[in-house]
Order: sequence, then structure tokens, then C-alpha cells
Amino acid sequence: MDIKGIKEGILISFDDLEWRYAKALLLEKISEKQDFFQGGKLVLSVGNAVLGTKALKELSETLSSHGITLHGVLGQSSVTQNAAQKMGLITKLEKPVIKPEMNLKPLDTVIEGESAVFVRKTLRSGYKVVYHGHVVVFGDVNPGAEIVATGSVIVWGRLRGTVHAGAEGDQSAVVCALDLSPTQLRIASKIATTPEDHAVPQPEIASIADGHIIAVPWQH
Amino acid sequence: MNAKVLTITSGKGGVGKTTTAANLAIALTSLGQKVVCIDTDIGLRNLDVVLGLENRIVYDLVDVVEGRCRLTQAMIRDRRFENLHLIPAAQTRDKTALAPDDMVRLCNELRPMADWIVIDSPAGIERGFRNALAPSDEVLVVTNPEVSSLRDADRIIGLVEAEEKGPVKLIINRINPAMVKRGDMLSAPDVVELLSIPLIGIVPEDEAVLVSTNHGHPVVLNEKSKAGTAFLNIGRRLMGEEVPWMSLNGNDGLFKRLGQLFNGGS
Repeated sequence: MDIKGIKEGILISFDDLEWRYAKALLLEKISEKQDFFQGGKLVLSVGNAVLGTKALKELSETLSSHGITLHGVLGQSSVTQNAAQKMGLITKLEKPVIKPEMNLKPLDTVIEGESAVFVRKTLRSGYKVVYHGHVVVFGDVNPGAEIVATGSVIVWGRLRGTVHAGAEGDQSAVVCALDLSPTQLRIASKIATTPEDHAVPQPEIASIADGHIIAVPWQH
Repeated sequence: MNAKVLTITSGKGGVGKTTTAANLAIALTSLGQKVVCIDTDIGLRNLDVVLGLENRIVYDLVDVVEGRCRLTQAMIRDRRFENLHLIPAAQTRDKTALAPDDMVRLCNELRPMADWIVIDSPAGIERGFRNALAPSDEVLVVTNPEVSSLRDADRIIGLVEAEEKGPVKLIINRINPAMVKRGDMLSAPDVVELLSIPLIGIVPEDEAVLVSTNHGHPVVLNEKSKAGTAFLNIGRRLMGEEVPWMSLNGNDGLFKRLGQLFNGGS
């Protein structure tokens, strides 16, 4: 026996249980959970059971005595269906209205994004961040600190430590910082250092181009 | 009384931790505070020498922790300042003779007896440093305006943060205004920019420090010394006083700038 809530009320399915057992089971359940069924509208799915007007009336009265309304009977037998219809019971569940399909493709504005770790502190000498994905630091990365990421590294602050982006060989990884002056910068298998005559601090992005790491100022 | 525990540390050796500890202890005493110094550099004790109290040592820190004497027996009272006491380090043991929780217990026992407990930390980041940090309420990191000392200071600050100790404040020691002016030495703003912690003192390089240290007569007692004045100013700042940044060798520009940096910033 399967009980579930539907739009019309409570649907109870007996599958292929023989009717007299099904009925006994139903009444047992009802007396067991009086409070739950009280005032409810029942729709019974009786499978192949053949139920005449008399049987349904009897059932309806029994249910009424428990404060339950028999609202519908679903069954394969035409006898059952006719009897139910005569008593004004529903024999079919209302199908949800299917709206005509829209021919517009949904706009793909939800992006799943990629895995990254956010570090909200200054990484001092001796600190190390290792992450399988991207690393975002909100703070400085001081000399002696180290970041290793399989993806890209973004530093909202001064990057003066050692950084390795694309640590598992991703050549498309980038490293950017508000002041890009790392002790050593690696992307995939390429290594670069900050030139001695590094100019005034400015936001820069480093990436691999033509097999070398190059850093270019961020353009507004 | 409920003493505040002040840990003086640096990471790198030779930047002036012990000198700073001795001078700040005396500065605080001369401001009417009751101070107990603890030298935690087991095996390489120095603070007793700098304070000129070496010849008075009977018991030491390890004796207290191992129960060979009472705490008060190991506290050497300075004859010049009755409110200054020193608990010296053991000379013949090593840092494993002491554990961080020993220091916490010891300081808790000392707190009611003083206004300040000044702990001189050994160099390094191992056991000795952990011992000095464990009971700390406030950490002063001493650095010189020089890259390796700065790197170690940064490491130490990171470790203090990781231990959730602090607040951490910075003392820049042995700055040479003439060299800074020539661009041959990192300036105080350069140092602060890198370490990004509040500055509590700038101590100029001063021959008087060495001379007075050798005599066991800390430089803060020398009113003519700029370094001495700088240490006294740090003491006053520790007491919550707003002390303007002193000008060094007419190098007003730099320190005005610093003053602005700190009045406006942190």
C-alpha cells in the first residue's frame, strides 16, 4: 500500500492487492492514523479490482463515519469506473497542464566557475599556500612566502615571494598582482625573476607567450 | 597589580633584542613601573651582563622551574632601581630545560608582583622562541633596516600570528639617518611597508649603546644619547602616551613623514 499527497487529496494505491485485503488494510490504516486522515479527501487506486456501486457506497459510508470523503476511484475495470462515475467520483487524476514549449534557448548566464582558494591575509616569510586550482590572495605575499597552484594566481597586493602557477603544466595559467615583483615566478615549466630595474609598482599580468614568461601592465 | 607580559623577539640574532629588553625595562622602571625581566636564552644568557647584574646570580630560571628554589629567590633586584628585577637564564643548560607551559605558569605567578614582565627571547624560531612567546600579552619585534633581519622579522611576525599572540609592534633598531639619506639604507617607511605592523620605536645607531653595554650601564640612563631617548620614548608609548617621533640629525623630513603615516594610518 502506497500513500501520497496529491492535488486532489490523498492518493492510496493498492496495486494488485485483492480488494477485500486492500479494504481491510485501508481501514486498519485509517483507524491507526485517525488524525492524519480526518477530514481528508481520498482517491483510491484499486488496480484491477471490480467494484460495483454497492461496494463503493458501502466504502464511502464507512469512510464518512471516519470523517473522510471518498473523492475518487482509479481502476482499470470498466465496472468500477462506471460505478464511480455514477456516484460522482473522479476516475482520473487531473494531468498537470503542459505549457507549450518555448522555442527560446535559455541564456547561458550561470557559470559554474572553477575551484579556487581565497586567502585573506598577508603571507609572510615561511608561509606556503599549495592548492589544486586557482589561488587568490587578498593581501601581500612577502619575500620568503610561497604559492603553488595548478591554476592561476591573483594577488590583490604586493607579490614579492615565490609563485608557481600552472604547477602541473598548464601553460595558460597567469599570475597577476597589483605590484608584480616576485622573487621568482614560474608558470608551468618556465621560470622568470623580477628584473633589477623593475619600474614603479603597477598592476601587471604575467603569462607565457612564445615560450617565455612575459609581464604586461594591466590596461584600464 | 596584574603585569603585562612583553616579549622582545626578532628571529635573527644580533639585532639588539637584549639591548632593547634591558633598556625598555629600565625605561619603564624610571616611569614608575615595577618590572621583572626574564632572560629565556638558556645557555647563552646575556641580559644579566647588559644590566650589570651578572655577579649577583645565585639561582636562575631553570632552578625555579625545576623547583630548586622559590621564584622570589631567583629574582635579582637591581641596586640602582628598586623596582627592577631580573630572573636570569641558566648558563649550563639548554633550551629543552624549559617548556612553554613552564613559562606560562611562571608568568602567572609573577603577574601580581609587577606592572610589566619583560621577556628577552633567544634568536631563532625553535623551542626558545616558543618559550618566550607562550606567556606573552604583547610582542615587540626588533629589526634592523637590512634585508636578512627584515626577512626573519617577517617570519617571526607570521609565527606570532599563527599562534594568535600579539598585538605585535615593531622596533627598528640601529637606523643610520645619514645612510638612509644617501639611499644606502632602507628607511623606516620602507621597513614598515614590508612588515605592515604598527611601529612603536625607531632607535638610531649610536656608539653610546656599545659603550654603555660594556659597562653594564644601559644607554637609556644616558640622557645625552639619542638611542637612550629613543628607548625612553618606546617606554612612554608602551604606557599609552603619545610621543612625537624624534628627529634624528636634522633629518626632519623622514620623521615628519613617518609621523603622518602613523597618525593618519594605523
